[in-house]
Order: sequence, then structure tokens, then C-alpha cells
Amino acid sequence: MANVKRSPWLLHYDGSSCNGCDIEVLAALTPVYDAERFGVMNTGDPMQADIFLITGGVNTQNAEVVKQLYDQMPRPKVVVAVGVCACTGGVFKDCYNILGGADTVIPVDIYVPGCAARPQAIIDGVVQAVELFQKRSDEHDELVRKGGA
Amino acid sequence: MGKRSVIPFGPQHPVLPEPIHSDRVIEDETVVEAVPSVGFIHRGLEGLVEKRDFNQMTYVAERTCGICSFQHGMGYCEAVEHVFGVEIPRRAKFLRTIWAELGRMHSHLLWLGLLADGFGYENLFYQCWRVREKVLDLQEMTSGGRLIFSVNTIGGVIKDITPEQFAVISDTLNDVEKELYAVLDTFIKDYSVQSRLKGVGILTKEQVHDLGCAGPVARASGVPMDMRRLGYAAYPELDFDPITYEDGDSYSRCLVRIDEVFQSIELIRQAMGKIPDEKELATPVKGNPDGEYFMRVEQPRGEAVYYVKGNGKPNLQRMRIRTPTFANLMGLCEMLKNTKLADVGLLILTIDPCISCTER
Repeated sequence: MANVKRSPWLLHYDGSSCNGCDIEVLAALTPVYDAERFGVMNTGDPMQADIFLITGGVNTQNAEVVKQLYDQMPRPKVVVAVGVCACTGGVFKDCYNILGGADTVIPVDIYVPGCAARPQAIIDGVVQAVELFQKRSDEHDELVRKGGA
Repeated sequence: MGKRSVIPFGPQHPVLPEPIHSDRVIEDETVVEAVPSVGFIHRGLEGLVEKRDFNQMTYVAERTCGICSFQHGMGYCEAVEHVFGVEIPRRAKFLRTIWAELGRMHSHLLWLGLLADGFGYENLFYQCWRVREKVLDLQEMTSGGRLIFSVNTIGGVIKDITPEQFAVISDTLNDVEKELYAVLDTFIKDYSVQSRLKGVGILTKEQVHDLGCAGPVARASGVPMDMRRLGYAAYPELDFDPITYEDGDSYSRCLVRIDEVFQSIELIRQAMGKIPDEKELATPVKGNPDGEYFMRVEQPRGEAVYYVKGNGKPNLQRMRIRTPTFANLMGLCEMLKNTKLADVGLLILTIDPCISCTER
């Protein structure tokens, strides 16, 4: 796990966003913004993912799904909340079915603001997540060497 | 008869960025039934009318869906304007039309890209999205936002497009048109694309009538249904005919949307030619809405309905949205019967599902 920094894999889940941030996440992967130049790849399988991108707030029905996806990801992992809805609930904060931002059910490391979050902001968030991920995997390696995990 | 088994699809699935769940009952490789279950993205947006006044609701209505956000805002504003009985300035009507058609272009290009990704043509997916970025740049230049740009207000619009910007729009549309002919040709002529789309997921004209499908799905089965001809915004002054195909399969649904991208370019050009030179962009609205109205607009995905009811208070009594994907879901369940399991992801894409509008 020495050089995970070079190719972290992303898992993207749409909580209850309006689609704006989701298509910006996809736009960030397409040629104009090209997040793949950082080695980032989009995967559909939580078991192979390192970074969890979540857009939209959490509601009563998808809270379980979000928790399940987070639990399925192998350690170490980093969570990025994309868009103001995933950060706090945003414009839908007062809706009866919204529990709040993504951090109501899972621990969030990086918050990307914006409605909808711009691709540049998303890439910035992901690059920060990659650094955090490298740090965590180094710590994880250290722990394994000592026989702790 | 083979043994029946149930395969769950979603809510998290690589083919769609949105959460939709369906249980697919299969016999060997053939789907016999698909049972959708919903609610993963339900926010309770309509309930917000109790907490936000009718002006603030414009911004909430725009966030019903990030892809056709302008058209959602427009539908809501037109409905409230009818309750007030105000006529919006002519220039505002044309500006709304231009933004709405830009929105339709980027939505259809997005869908064509996702479809290409759905049948495994990664390169085509990237090409469609590359061209789409140019349309988004136009939206950003004219309004300040890439996807969600709150330019609608009750009584008109709050931003104007300058003559210099019109020149840029005109140049960019020429470029985009040229590039699209090259990119979209692949959808029309490529053998491997046709083998995935032709004759798959057929909906007949009768089924479309019975199930009440809307938009490109209905038009691909030969039903010339287009709410733009009801005459909202500046559409009565523009010249266009709904695009229809007769086959009703995935390939026709793809062709309808390809033609509509070019139709939108044409409509924007017509609107830019006819736009009147006025200073006023919005008619001031006084008081609170009292009465009800039922507004129908044609979104990229089909007919959307806005119902608003006010009782003279700042907060509306009721707002109701019916979205095109909801109308098309029944068609989808019918389409999925007796298809191969491997085609299911692609077929779900062909109705251009927008789950976040549908569940709100």
C-alpha cells in the first residue's frame, strides 16, 4: 500500500440530491476537467473503493444504504461530501423527510461547498482526499507492522 | 419453463448515477417482470410551501432537478404568473425560450453520453460530454451558473443577454452543430450501436396511449405529443414540428433525441432573430397569489405539470409537480418484460429517467 496516492478509486452515491452535483461529479471525470489524470477512477463496487463521494442529504429511506456502502468499503477510507446538501442539508434542510447532511450517519472528512458544486471544487476536494488517504494508509501500514491490526 | 429467481437492481448501481431500485424476476436469462420500489431520494419538496413564501419557492422549484432546473423554475413561475394574471414582457419570454432550449440541448447530450456508456462505448460517452461542456459554458456566460442558475422570477427574468453574448452564442452553436454531426453520426450508422438498440424494448403506439407515456418516449412510438405547442413562453412565435419516429424501439428513442438537439439549435437561432429590443425584463407583481392554475411545460424528458393553489397568503396552499419520468415508468415496466437480463440497464436508460424529479 505504499503508493496508493497514485490511483485511488472512487465510489459515488447519490443520497437525495437534485442531480446537479451528480452530473458535476461525472463532468469532473470527462475530458474537459479530466480527474483521471490524478489516477482517480470511478468504480461501482464499494468493496474496491477508497474514497466515498456522497452527494445530497440523507433521508429516512437511504440512511441504511449509505451506512451499508460505507461499511462495505475496506479500511482505510475517506468520505467526501459534495455539495451543500451533503454538507448540511442545504435548501432541503427543512423538508420533512431530510435527516440532514451526510455526517448525520457516517463520518465525513472533507466538505465541498456549492450548489451545484463546480467540477473544479470537486477535483480540489478529491485531491485533498487523496492526500488524507495516503496519510491514513501509511498509518495503517505502521499499525500492521507492529502487529496491531 | 426455467426456474424463477429475483435479482435486485440498485439503489447503488454503476449504470445510473441515481438511486433507483427494482426487483427483476427472471427465468433463465429472460426478465418476466420488473417491480420498481421508490423513495430513496424523496425529500418532501412540495411540503416546503408551508415554510417558504411563493417567491422563495422559485429557488426550491429550480432544485427539483439539477438537469432541467431552468424548466422547472419556468414552469413554476408561469403557473404563479397565471394565478396573478400578469403578462410578462416579450423579451423575457424569448430569453426564457433560449435558456430552456439550451437546457434541452445539454440534457439530451448528457443522455446520449450516458447511453453510450450504457452499451460500453466509452469514447462516444466522452465525446458527447465534451460537446456538452460548450453548452454549459454558454449557460454560465449568460446567467452565471453552470447547471442551476436562478434567473427566473415571478413576472419575468432577472438577467439579460447582451448583443455581444448573442454573437458568442451564435458562433458556439455553429461550432457545436458541426461537431455534433461528426459525433452523433456514430449513433446513427455504427453497426455495433444498432445491434444493441434496434428492435429492443419496443413500445407500440397503443401501449403509449394506454400507459400515458410522455415526451421522447411517446414521440419515438409515433405520438406527436409536444407541450411546447400549447404556447407558453415564446414558442407560439417560433416555427417547429414535433419530431416523431414510428418504430418505438430503443433506436427510435435515440434518434428522436438526436434530432431534438438539432431542433433546439434551430429554435435558439429563430428566437435570437426575433427577440425584441426592450429594456423591461420583469413585470412587477403585487400582493399574494389567490386562485389556482394548472401549467404544462415540455421538459427534455417530456410533459411536466405544475399545479399551484394560493389563498391570498404569502405561502401557497398547495404545489404539486408531476414529472415526465413518473409517466414513463409504467412504460418502462412494460418494456422490460421478455427482454434479456443484460439489456435491462440500457433499457432503463432509454426512458431518460430522472429519479430526483420523480420522487422530489
